[in-house]
Formats: sequence, C-alpha cells, structure tokens
Amino acid sequence: MPKITYKDHQGTSKTIEVENGLSVMEGAIQKEIPGIDADCGGSMACATCHVYVDDKWFDKIPKAEDAEIDMIDMAFEPKKNSRLSCQIIVNEELDGLEVTTPEKQT
Amino acid sequence: MKKTDVIIIGAGPVGLFAVHQLGIKGLKAVVIDNLDKAGGQCIELYPDKPIYDIPAVPECTGEQLTTRLLEQIKPFKTELFLNERVDEVKQEKDNWIVKTNNKNQFTAPNIIIAGGVGSFEPRKISLKEAEKLEGKSVFYAVKNKDHFQNKKISIFGGGDSALDWALELSKYSKITLIHRRNEFRGAQHTLSELRKLEKEGKVSIKTPCQIVSLDNEKELRSINIKFDDGKTEKIRTDIILGFFGLIMKLGPIAEWGLNMNKKTIEVNSENFETNKKGIFAAGDICSYPGKLKLILSGFHEVALASVECFKRARPNEKYRFEFTTSSKTIHNRLGKK
Repeated sequence: MPKITYKDHQGTSKTIEVENGLSVMEGAIQKEIPGIDADCGGSMACATCHVYVDDKWFDKIPKAEDAEIDMIDMAFEPKKNSRLSCQIIVNEELDGLEVTTPEKQT
Repeated sequence: MKKTDVIIIGAGPVGLFAVHQLGIKGLKAVVIDNLDKAGGQCIELYPDKPIYDIPAVPECTGEQLTTRLLEQIKPFKTELFLNERVDEVKQEKDNWIVKTNNKNQFTAPNIIIAGGVGSFEPRKISLKEAEKLEGKSVFYAVKNKDHFQNKKISIFGGGDSALDWALELSKYSKITLIHRRNEFRGAQHTLSELRKLEKEGKVSIKTPCQIVSLDNEKELRSINIKFDDGKTEKIRTDIILGFFGLIMKLGPIAEWGLNMNKKTIEVNSENFETNKKGIFAAGDICSYPGKLKLILSGFHEVALASVECFKRARPNEKYRFEFTTSSKTIHNRLGKK
C-alpha cells in the first residue's frame, strides 16, 4: 500500500499506509491525522482538508480542476502548492507523497 | 418572548423538512438561521450543482431543492428568522429558552438542531492587527454604503462579492482590488468593467499577491502586500474589505452541554434526541452508529424526531400515525380539500 506522509506546520510528521483509490483526505480521517477536518466530507464544498503538497510531488499529481482552485481561494493561507486533499486520489505512483497541513483549517 | 412548539435551528433542507413533518402533526415551529436566506449548504455552497440522490427526484440543483422545500412548507406559514444566530439555550422547567444575537427570544418544549456543520461566517484575515481593527477599518461585509464613501479602500478576494463591491464602491471611493492569483472566479463581465476602469486609472488591480502586514497608528494608514515574485508594495488604505468566502463554524452549539463527538452531536437513532430531553439533532450535525451525511437521511431523522416533539408539546393528546394520502386532518393542515 502506498505510504503517505502528513507533516504539520511545526514539522512533526506521521507516515501512514493509505489504500489505493482512497483520497489523501480519507486516509487522514481514517487514521485520525490532526489538521485535516474535511467538514463537507469530500464534496469540494469547503476547504478544510487543505494541504500544501511537497514541491517534488506537486507536478506528479493530476492538476486541480477549476472548482478546486476556486475553493482553495477560501482556504486558510493558500499558497502555490495548495491542494484539497480530498481531490488527491492515492495510487502506487504516489507512494512516498508528502503533504503539510496548514497552521489551522479555519 | 415568542412561544411555539418547536424551535428549529438551521434553515437547510433538513430544517425546512422538519417544518413539514411537524406541520402535518399540527405543531407550530420557528426556524432560525445565521445566513440571509434559507437553504443552508445547498444554497451557499452548491446552488448550481446537481444533486442526484433525492428519492424520486432524478436531478435537481441545491437551489431547486430549496425552492421546492419552501413551496412544500408554505401551508404552515412558518416564520423564518434569518441573519440570526442562536447564542444561548437555557432550560426552564419543561421548556427551552433560546436567545439570538439579535436579542430575539423564543420558548418551546422542543428544539431541533439541524445545523449542518455549524453556522457560516466570513473567513477573516489572519493578521493579529486586522483582528483589532475589525468593525473600525476592517470589514467582511458592506452593511451601510455610507461608511465607504470618499475613502481609500483595499478590497480582497476573487469572487463575485469582491468584484461587485469593487465596481460599486469605485463610484465614490479609491479602490484597490487585490487577489492571490491572476484569475478571478467572479462574473467575467464585472471583471471587464473593472479592467476598463483600471485602464482609465480609476481602479487599481493587484495580483497575484497577498497581504503581509498593515500600518496602524490609532487608525489604519496603509497595508503591505507581497507579490508571488517576492516584490512588496505599500498601499495607502483607510478601509480593508475582505471577501475570502464563508467558513463553517460550530459556534456556540458546543457550549450547550450536549454530548459531542468531534463536531457532531450524539443522538439516539430512535427519535434523534440528544442527551438533553427535548433537544433533538438531525442532518449532518448529528451522529449515531451508521450515520450517513445525506440529505435523505436528514429527512428521515426529522420525521422520527417530530413524533417525540409531538409527545412533548401535546402531553395530553395521543399521537396518531397518519398517512398524507388518506388523513382528512392532514389535508386540512395542508389547505387541501
């Protein structure tokens, strides 16, 4: 199973195995990784699963669609490497993916 | 103080359908919501997105669903209190007293919390200084246009609110529109009008950049923004208007003594009552084993909660289960002959 690393803004990191086909958000929720709230449950209707994707991974994941980018406008401190983790679907190629959760989600 | 049978908190689909389920049982309700319109997440987050899992409705948008629910509850002439947030819930013998931030007070034996993920509130600028200036020179909505005349105004955001207000206020103030990326998601014709004003030197548009600090001596003097390429710029500013969208906050609900599970309220799945007698929770905000956050689940939950509400509101009457197809009483309540 692909391993995904979640870092918080202070640098503390946790690596977990996430099943193929689940989103990076769902993986975090299942293992109760703090910092990913996912209030809307993954319908791209909030921005509380916002993460910064590690630069070396950012171009390797499929690009965000417009609706996601619009929603990221509403995230807490969006940056160039911001994504909604509910829209990143895990597969073998993402084994080793690192994301950082923002200081807060709201 | 208004007396009623049930106080419904939240005017989303589940709160609105609660009115129906209570109404056909002859119970009166009021609905309170922090938003300025009914519909909750359906209207605020996805008014144009199609929903495909409402039974017998193959496809409808969030807005259509809301309109239809409002139509369905029309016969009950229920009062909606919008733009109001419930701040306090107190017990008085067998009744609950609810106070809103608008100083309205309600009393009823039952409360149904159909609050979704909490109340929608504007997302704010995360600078400490901005917090102190809120309501003086930092705003997240325009309530009275008079306050925004002959000022230097920096407007943040890329959606319709930011574009619309930039255009409107440019008639009487000096506007700088600031957004974190080059693309604006608001209506393109509003944007082209603003681009025209920019060419004429009447509006200034700064992208892609974000606020880094503000200069404040007694009152706001200027703000400092940083572009993606690292350059910074100081902009003379009397007023900051931020339109970063809405976020959902649980808010005061967490302080009412209810058993919570993360951001949800624990209920039993027999009548969706919480640990407090007469307070029910339904829809996305409630949790019980097997809970699904679907609109259709919320409809079921309020149907069952309304039965218990009846028993508490009419302790001397016997509850009778009736079908809308055959019950004369229900037909009368719906205004059908």
